[in-house]
Amino acid sequence: MKEQLEAIQVEALEKIAGTDEIKTLQEVRVAYLGKKGSLTGVLKGMGKLSKEERPVIGEIANKVRDAITAALDEKNEKLEQKALEKQLEAEAIDVTLPGKPVNQGGPHLLTSIVEEIEDLFTGMGYEVREGPEVETDYFNFEALNLPKDHPARDMQDTFYITNELLMRTHTSPVQARTMQEYQGGKSFKMICPGKVYRRDNDDATHSHQFTQIEGLYVDKNVRMSDLKGTLDVFAKKMFGEDREIRLRPSFFPFTEPSVEMDISCKVCKGAGCSVCKGTGWIEILGGGMVHPRVLEMAGYDPKEYSGFAFGMGPERIAMLKYGVNDIRAFYTNDKRFLKQYHQA
Amino acid sequence: MLVSYNWLKNYVDLGEITPEQLAEKITKSGIEVDHVTYIAEKSTNVVVGYVASCEKHPDADKLNVCQVDVGEETLQIVCGAPNVAKGQKVAVALPGASLPGDIKIKKVKLRGVESNGMICSLKELGLDPNYIPTDVADGIFVFPEETVVGESVTSLLNLDDAVLEFDLTPNRADALSMLGVAYEVAAILDQPITLPDETLNITSKESAHDVISVEVEAEDLNPYYGAFLIKDVEIKASPLWMRNYLMAAGIRPINNVVDITNYVLLEYGQPLHAFDYDRFASDKIVVRCAVDGEKITTLDDQERTLAAETLVITNGKEATAIAGVMGGANSEVVGETKNVLLEAAYFNGASIRKTVKATGLRSEASTRYEKGIDPNRVRRAGIRACNLLQQYASGTVLADVVEFDALDRSESIVEVNTNRVNERLGTEIDAPTIAAILNRLDFTFDQAGDDFTVHVPTRRGDITIFEDMLEEIARIYGYDHLPYTLPVGVAQSGGLTGRQALKRMVKNYLQGVGLMETMTYSLTNGEDISKLISPEVNEQNPQGVSLAMPMSEDRKYLRLSILPELLHTLTYNQARNQANLAFYEVGNVFISDEETLTKQPTELLRASGAVTGRWVEHPWQQEVKDVDFFVVKGIVEGLFDFLQIPVTFSPAKLADMHPGRTATLEVDGNIVGFIGQLHPTLEKALDLKATYVFDINLDVLIKKYDGEPSFSAIPKYPSIERDIAFILDDTIHAGDVQALIKEVGAPLVKQVKIFDVYQGENVEDGKKSIAYSLLYQHPDKTLKDDEVEASYQEVVESVNQRFNAYVRS
Repeated sequence: MKEQLEAIQVEALEKIAGTDEIKTLQEVRVAYLGKKGSLTGVLKGMGKLSKEERPVIGEIANKVRDAITAALDEKNEKLEQKALEKQLEAEAIDVTLPGKPVNQGGPHLLTSIVEEIEDLFTGMGYEVREGPEVETDYFNFEALNLPKDHPARDMQDTFYITNELLMRTHTSPVQARTMQEYQGGKSFKMICPGKVYRRDNDDATHSHQFTQIEGLYVDKNVRMSDLKGTLDVFAKKMFGEDREIRLRPSFFPFTEPSVEMDISCKVCKGAGCSVCKGTGWIEILGGGMVHPRVLEMAGYDPKEYSGFAFGMGPERIAMLKYGVNDIRAFYTNDKRFLKQYHQA
Repeated sequence: MLVSYNWLKNYVDLGEITPEQLAEKITKSGIEVDHVTYIAEKSTNVVVGYVASCEKHPDADKLNVCQVDVGEETLQIVCGAPNVAKGQKVAVALPGASLPGDIKIKKVKLRGVESNGMICSLKELGLDPNYIPTDVADGIFVFPEETVVGESVTSLLNLDDAVLEFDLTPNRADALSMLGVAYEVAAILDQPITLPDETLNITSKESAHDVISVEVEAEDLNPYYGAFLIKDVEIKASPLWMRNYLMAAGIRPINNVVDITNYVLLEYGQPLHAFDYDRFASDKIVVRCAVDGEKITTLDDQERTLAAETLVITNGKEATAIAGVMGGANSEVVGETKNVLLEAAYFNGASIRKTVKATGLRSEASTRYEKGIDPNRVRRAGIRACNLLQQYASGTVLADVVEFDALDRSESIVEVNTNRVNERLGTEIDAPTIAAILNRLDFTFDQAGDDFTVHVPTRRGDITIFEDMLEEIARIYGYDHLPYTLPVGVAQSGGLTGRQALKRMVKNYLQGVGLMETMTYSLTNGEDISKLISPEVNEQNPQGVSLAMPMSEDRKYLRLSILPELLHTLTYNQARNQANLAFYEVGNVFISDEETLTKQPTELLRASGAVTGRWVEHPWQQEVKDVDFFVVKGIVEGLFDFLQIPVTFSPAKLADMHPGRTATLEVDGNIVGFIGQLHPTLEKALDLKATYVFDINLDVLIKKYDGEPSFSAIPKYPSIERDIAFILDDTIHAGDVQALIKEVGAPLVKQVKIFDVYQGENVEDGKKSIAYSLLYQHPDKTLKDDEVEASYQEVVESVNQRFNAYVRS
């Protein structure tokens, strides 16, 4: 019987090795290990053996069965693996095809600029204030040291609604309102962004509506050097650490001394080129020390308090930073324009 | 203000500084120089020639053959200018010369006659035709007799001069004169200044008092009036140097008398006016306000009707000039003028400003009066002009000036303390440095240690207080030398207000769901002003707020809704092949219930959106579908859900909106906006495909928004879901049923969602089936089937009773 068993093992292992389908392998399993299988058949004949032979043969039979089972399992695993690989290969897709589109909106470029500036100044402790777009003559002009018939009113062509009401020409009235609210008794830092209006014909460099951001710091002992330092921080954060600033004397009725700020030209680094009209500098904003009359009218004692103020146009900043060459583009809202600056 | 570099050299030594370098220094010190331009492009080899003979060209009617002595030789030149004549001294471009416009002069033959050069006009030499005197505009320029033959014309005609264009701020009226500019440049360069010759050698025994008197009726508007009389003038061209400077300053030379008044105007900043004394026809000057409706014909031959507040110069009977603005034609200096009455006056700036506004006339004179002139230069300018009239018009100046004089010529006194300067600037400037700066500015002062008492010259009327002096000191010291410091005072946290933060959140949400932000104009036209106004805004009976003087009818009214402008952006984009659009804007609308505004309108913050075309631009691997009502509703619902503000939608019929596809939004029973499809008629008018819009009152949302989401525990016990489908009348709104289920099912029913609406087979006509999914949950225990069943039955019963609905099996 021993020979018989060994022959079965050899035969079974050969068959297993020669099988490459799971179904056939199953048939092999049944043919040897099934109820009517050949190994089972041999084992059934064990009853006829002597007491001495039975354990010996039994042990051999077990070994044979274990060997066949192991071979079957091993082969089965291999075949299953192969079948899975085949299936996955069949499931392959063209990963270079596009994904399902997701709708993506985005902010207007001017909003991005305004928010960037807001974040920059709120980080330095400034609050953000807003005010009405339709203003009184008093807050837009008079409280800012621009009495009626003052020649400097010519600097800004105004959309009047009535003699006393107008579309604000700058966000400066928010400064006057803030100072008045604090009744001359509080030190504060604030910026005020918003829409402003001028009686201009729209062209590449003029818009009857545009945006402005102004800043105001009122305290005891505010120095002009504080303004210079603050604007330097702003310019470097907004335009790059390698940019220099230059202050020039200027005139605004609500500040004295007044300044105009230039930044060094990005293109030529100050050497002079067509972008900066050969000067090496580009005008960015205006500012100055708050005029004592303005402080006084808002209830601050100019002997005790001083302050600085500055104002800039996000359109101009956007034009310089992103090369927008026509101010009307901001208000035309061409989708292709809007989309370009969603990451700005 | 156009500043001639060569002219300026008469008052200040400019050394080796180029015009460009000077412009840079002036700009950095406070007056922006916009451009530096040159009078003419460089020309070479152009000299003065003497026309020795001039004969007709044998073969050409319009040409002359001239023999021209150019010093070293005599050249034959063929000339086409109509005014060329024997005996003239002219500008000759020699063979080999180059002229502006890249013109090279060669020896040529013109109709068979040799021509060795070219006789030039001022235009050919590169001068701006706008300022060339009219008598030589069409021909060659003729030099005065005394001009030396062979001399280069470059300096004679001031062709190498540079002109600095000043962009003056309103405070620097002092720089509207060459003298003012000279003081400024002298301070910048730390150089002394040379004043013009103001001496006057009177030989006449006759006094001006004998021929003229001055009477001023409006002393506050005209505190000084000086009348000079110059007899027997000879009207001719003014000297070449004067014509050159005038042209450089952008003024066309006319004749010596007019040119001299203009020259002194530019030199001193003091307007002067020359009357023809004989045509003035009176021995009396009366300055008064015009009679309302009074007429005058001005120098430009326009008849003008004057308002009562306009100041006029009269001869006692009729107006002969609008004071400070323009002279009258009836007393104009003309070629035959013999005797000149010269006015040097001080007019009140505000008064002149009113006149300019009323007449629309603005002149070099009025600009200076409006901005303020130097009271100490009025009489001096008159004397200077007399000096020039004596020299260049052969006039005899009568003794004395007839004056009305109530002019305040006092200087402003400003106290300056060194420490205070440093406190304000953040600098460490010492007293000697301040003294040096004051000297450079040519301001007189008394010094006591650190304290200065500054006497501000009247030419600097802009300096009246300490802060004005502070700027003067800082700018001459140099803004470049100020240190960089940061504020050391107030400690304040700063940041956005709740309202500002929420505005950003709303924008971020709308962008996140796929909308692009736009920025449109707040000003709109008469048609759009009444379109697409939200019902709760309309309820307040808003009157269109309009501008008093709009630039155009298109931008006349303040908007009452963002939507009309937003729709125009859709049309604009569609016309440019951008068909799939999803825009929103957050901004103010302006409402007032007053017909004539007496107070500011209320500004309401709104969020509006407009969507058209395909929602997904390139619908790859998904259904190709145009935007519909529910896309936009989903966005709006999402926004309210995001802000945790409950909102309900009710069907509404609104103007310009689709009557069956429009809903109002309500919060706490109040309308806060609307949503829907545009009326197809409006879509057609705007050339738009189906367009869906929303408009939401953000002020209400901001007020309502809690800002602090409250904690509610995540449920520990399992929930049970039950679906239920009702068959009900087609006219019943799904939302009403949903609301009832919520109401009846509370508190166990946590959520009711619609998952299917069906009409068709197995549902009879006029009916529909709506399927709801109900979520049951108890916070403290696991619900039992019978508890759910009881609630479920209650819901079925209620819906059945209220809506006559039955459960679809």
